[in-house]
Amino acid sequence: MFKNPEELKYTKTHEWVKEEDGLWVVGLTDYAQDALGDIVFVNLPEVGDEVKAGEVFSDVESVKAVSDVYSPVSGVVAEVNEAIVDDPSLVNGDCYGAWMIKVKDVSGTDDLLDAKAYEEVCAQEA
Amino acid sequence: MKLLFEESKKGRGNAFLPAADTGSYVPDEKYLRKSALHLPEMAEVDIDRHYTQLAKQTHGVNDGFYPLGSCTMKYNPRIDEETASLPGFTQIHPLQPLSSVQGCMEVLYRSEKLLCEITGMDAMMFAPAAGAHGEYTGLLLIRKYHQERKDFERVNIIVPDSAHGTNPASAVMAGFKVVNIPSNDKGGVDLDALRNAVGKDTAGLMLTNPNTLGLFDPNILEITKIVHEAGGLCYYDGANLNAIMGRVRPGDMGFDCVHLNLHKTFATPHGGGGPGSGPVGCKAFLQRYLPCHKVEKKEEGYVFTDPEMSMGQVRSYYGNFLVVVKALTYILTLGKEGIREASGKAVLNANYMMHRLKEKYEVAYDQTCMHEFVLSLEGLKKQTGVSAMDIAKGSLDFGIHPPTMYFPLIVHEALMFEPTETESKEVIDEAVKIYLDLYDKALSDPEYLHSAPHHCPIGRPDETKAAREPVLKYEFND
Repeated sequence: MFKNPEELKYTKTHEWVKEEDGLWVVGLTDYAQDALGDIVFVNLPEVGDEVKAGEVFSDVESVKAVSDVYSPVSGVVAEVNEAIVDDPSLVNGDCYGAWMIKVKDVSGTDDLLDAKAYEEVCAQEA
Repeated sequence: MKLLFEESKKGRGNAFLPAADTGSYVPDEKYLRKSALHLPEMAEVDIDRHYTQLAKQTHGVNDGFYPLGSCTMKYNPRIDEETASLPGFTQIHPLQPLSSVQGCMEVLYRSEKLLCEITGMDAMMFAPAAGAHGEYTGLLLIRKYHQERKDFERVNIIVPDSAHGTNPASAVMAGFKVVNIPSNDKGGVDLDALRNAVGKDTAGLMLTNPNTLGLFDPNILEITKIVHEAGGLCYYDGANLNAIMGRVRPGDMGFDCVHLNLHKTFATPHGGGGPGSGPVGCKAFLQRYLPCHKVEKKEEGYVFTDPEMSMGQVRSYYGNFLVVVKALTYILTLGKEGIREASGKAVLNANYMMHRLKEKYEVAYDQTCMHEFVLSLEGLKKQTGVSAMDIAKGSLDFGIHPPTMYFPLIVHEALMFEPTETESKEVIDEAVKIYLDLYDKALSDPEYLHSAPHHCPIGRPDETKAAREPVLKYEFND
């Protein structure tokens, strides 16, 4: 069973997002890190870049493949987590602690799911 | 196993060379190297044993079945090696007078003509060293074409999601932006998505046909028309030419330029890092932008010319010439009928193998395939926990090289098979039996496959560690 914390929101494309101190924090879900397998490379945008809800903002490479990561929100990148660039295994180890980007000036969001609805998405794909 | 550097013993070696009788010369101080050269010092026998040992730990097409999809690991006839070993081809220097290498020039000239006939192009040149280099060069042709017309808005290259990973990479290297378009439910290009993607910013489309699912896109004429009408050019990735050579030509499908992988389709052993050859071909209107050093036939003999608006040089001299010698030999030994027969048998073998494996495995796109096909082990994995990787590892115990795994990306738990025309029915039947047995094993004893292979010198190297902490050079103590 995959962990999907109640306090987070999710996308159908397996990203999580939460609002924290006026910023929207984005990361990969447990299901995503498990399906990808051992992540060996993370490519992040730069601070100040614009991201759009539903569009690619990052790609991650695992032993299996390279996969796109989609932004749950539209806005401007305020912070990026350099730690996961240096050590991509952090995403596999603690995907809800190892956030990817924090977004400010958020103007809109993708269709976000709560934990329960997201669990159903996972169940369908698993 | 030890590295050469670790086997080295100071002073050891083979004194086969006679003492120099010309006196020695020490260059000026400023030209001398500061650090030691660290060449391994070994006896010939130890070097020989080292490489023999390495060879025993590998699997080549001369060892057994090698169905690595999209790589066309077919057998390379000995005669091709033989001609490429002729001293007239090997004992030459790139700068010697052209009058003394007219035979070599003729090889390039005749190869160009034959490969243009096979691809439907008007010109071809052989400088690019391998496939991705050929892609890059072809994209520079497209770029040069738009720039010469002062059409600077065209910055996008459209790439379907089933493309080879090198396609988007080459496009970015050549200064373009990549626009991905999805496949339709038949595995081909989604025409509506393509129509929506093209516009004034479209520089071109990169396509492999048949694509990486082993499927020939029946809409190909419509696809190239849509791109042309938007003002873009069409680029053909020749990776899968083995499926169509002698039957249909990229030039007739509407493509403006192509690259070939001579090492795949035209008989050079590959997969070990080279040398390859990725010649670029184009229609007449692009010819003037081709890279430097193209062979022309003049009254006085063969000469090198630089195209009028050439993009310049993309590699030193004339490319990997001996690979071209092998390709020419291959084409001439097979002849027009043989080339056609080879692609026909490659497609027949793939379909035969696919239909036999369907007895138990799930085919990703269940339709007549070309030279390769893709299985999805998603269902098996859900049911048993046995993954595409586990089945591939399991096949190693039976002397089979694994198929391509986890590619194309649009198929989950993908295994991609390309048996090539090399294999007989008996070899394919034997391989099919092994794969069907592995399927049963997955149901009865998944643990056994999780830890496969059980009888190979190397089982499961730590791929994660290799990717996260690559060691790319040897560190000497001094």
